[in-house]
Amino acid sequence: MTTVSIAKAKKGSNLNKVENTNSVYLTKQLNLWYGEKHALKNIDLDIKENEVTAIIGPSGCGKSTYIKTLNRMVELVPSVKTSGEILYRDRNIFDADYSVEELRTRVGMVFQKPNPFPKSIYDNIAYGPRIHGIKNKKILDEIVEKSLRGAAIWDEVKDRLTENAYSISGGQQQRICIARALAIEPDVILMDEPTSALDPISTLKIEELVQELKQDYSIIIVTHNMQQAARISDKTAFFLNGEVIEYDQTDAIFSNPSDKRTEDYISGRFG
Amino acid sequence: MKYIDQELVVKRMNGRNIVNTLFKGLFLLATLVSLLFLAILLYRIGTQGISHLSWDFLNNFASRFPEKAGIKAALVGSLWLMAVVAPTSIILGVGSAIYLEEYAKKNRMTAFIRTNISNLAGVPSVVFGLLGLTIFVRALSLGNSVLAAGFTMSLLILPVIIVAAQESIRAIPGELRDASYGMGATKWQTIVKVILPAAIPGILTGSILALSRAIGETAPLIVIGIPVIIQFLPSGVMDTFTALPMQIYDWSSRPQQEFQVVAAAGIIVLMVVLLLMNTVAAIIRNKFQKRY
Repeated sequence: MTTVSIAKAKKGSNLNKVENTNSVYLTKQLNLWYGEKHALKNIDLDIKENEVTAIIGPSGCGKSTYIKTLNRMVELVPSVKTSGEILYRDRNIFDADYSVEELRTRVGMVFQKPNPFPKSIYDNIAYGPRIHGIKNKKILDEIVEKSLRGAAIWDEVKDRLTENAYSISGGQQQRICIARALAIEPDVILMDEPTSALDPISTLKIEELVQELKQDYSIIIVTHNMQQAARISDKTAFFLNGEVIEYDQTDAIFSNPSDKRTEDYISGRFG
Repeated sequence: MKYIDQELVVKRMNGRNIVNTLFKGLFLLATLVSLLFLAILLYRIGTQGISHLSWDFLNNFASRFPEKAGIKAALVGSLWLMAVVAPTSIILGVGSAIYLEEYAKKNRMTAFIRTNISNLAGVPSVVFGLLGLTIFVRALSLGNSVLAAGFTMSLLILPVIIVAAQESIRAIPGELRDASYGMGATKWQTIVKVILPAAIPGILTGSILALSRAIGETAPLIVIGIPVIIQFLPSGVMDTFTALPMQIYDWSSRPQQEFQVVAAAGIIVLMVVLLLMNTVAAIIRNKFQKRY
């Protein structure tokens, strides 16, 4: 598939799009080190609300590190140091008085490998609301249904909510994980290569889901799959060796990249 | 140019197969040897002791007449001992394991502590007896009570429980932690709602196996001065008591031949208790086994 045809296919869906001005995440001069290793270098990114922002790049380019920095999950790795700012809704997430727990209730995350808890489907979805203090059974029931509907998996699992989440397929598990992220009623959903462990049909379902979810959420998705980025994202950032090489409308990136390295990468010359 | 010569491979196949069969036989032999000794042990104790097993044996106190000797004091004493050891060692052990795995920074100091906990598991039990004698019996003036013996035994099996709990906690995939933290859970919520439920089968299995070790230990009890012959049951943790292995040791060291039979009957009781504990461990393991 040539890059041009992807871009053309994409254009139709973007015709009636109004340029969005509200930033959800504003990253300013972000640097990150794992011990001595300089993993992110002077990152500046302005991520808009109600859009799908794709982050692409070869393995080890820092794209997963960056997305994990957005909800500070990266700090679970010992020896991580950061400098610079990430403003989430105009508030620096590194501020001492901004607790990571508070940030993470606004920013849901879906991981590379489906990772449901070894609990029932219901308890998986209710996990987030419960830790944030919701005990009322009726409210929990409503959240569970709403989240599962939101992740387009309600019809498949509504009769087996008490079954272990590991009894369903990997693709369904990943949508359970998306539903679980929706259950905390987030503002942003971070997705770290959410389809890399899934078959093509499950991948398609998740991609369709992402398109629906962006009506209500801002989505940032890391992907190895360039076609996927082209299909589902509004903006794309190309990372290489810890730097943002190019960040633009997805159409522009795929049809007319301004940097030679971006062009080489998306045309499959490396990576 | 090929490096693997097919003809040579065929020629050597015979020799390889012989070696293959030889080692299979060797490992089978090793298994049979251990099974054989176990069978002899069970046979000897079974044939000797079964004749003495009766309700009276379970319900009588010790006696200098073999036909009247019973195991009541030792059996109840061992249960009392377990009532102290189980909560003490599991709470301390699981607590330490959680701290070491989930809270402690991964640096040289914690690596040093981890290694030494494993080493402690290999320290002879008599050394723990001396420790218990110094600290609990003398310094804390607990005397030769259930409490002193229970604390000593807890120290003895603590390393085993810590290591078992650490390993079950470590076996929980990191993705489950990520999922919990990713939704804004605190460390404590993650431990209580995700880590412990997933780790509990491993923790309980390890703990029960450690407790079976404690119920069969004699040396620490001898060192802290637990009596053998007792004609009453302890009414609280501050009373003195005796335990199954003590009683068995005493009977088997008596000169009269009849006491050997009594000792064998005592061993049967001890083994039944151990078997019950291991069965509980197996049931727990199967029932709570979780897939990730």
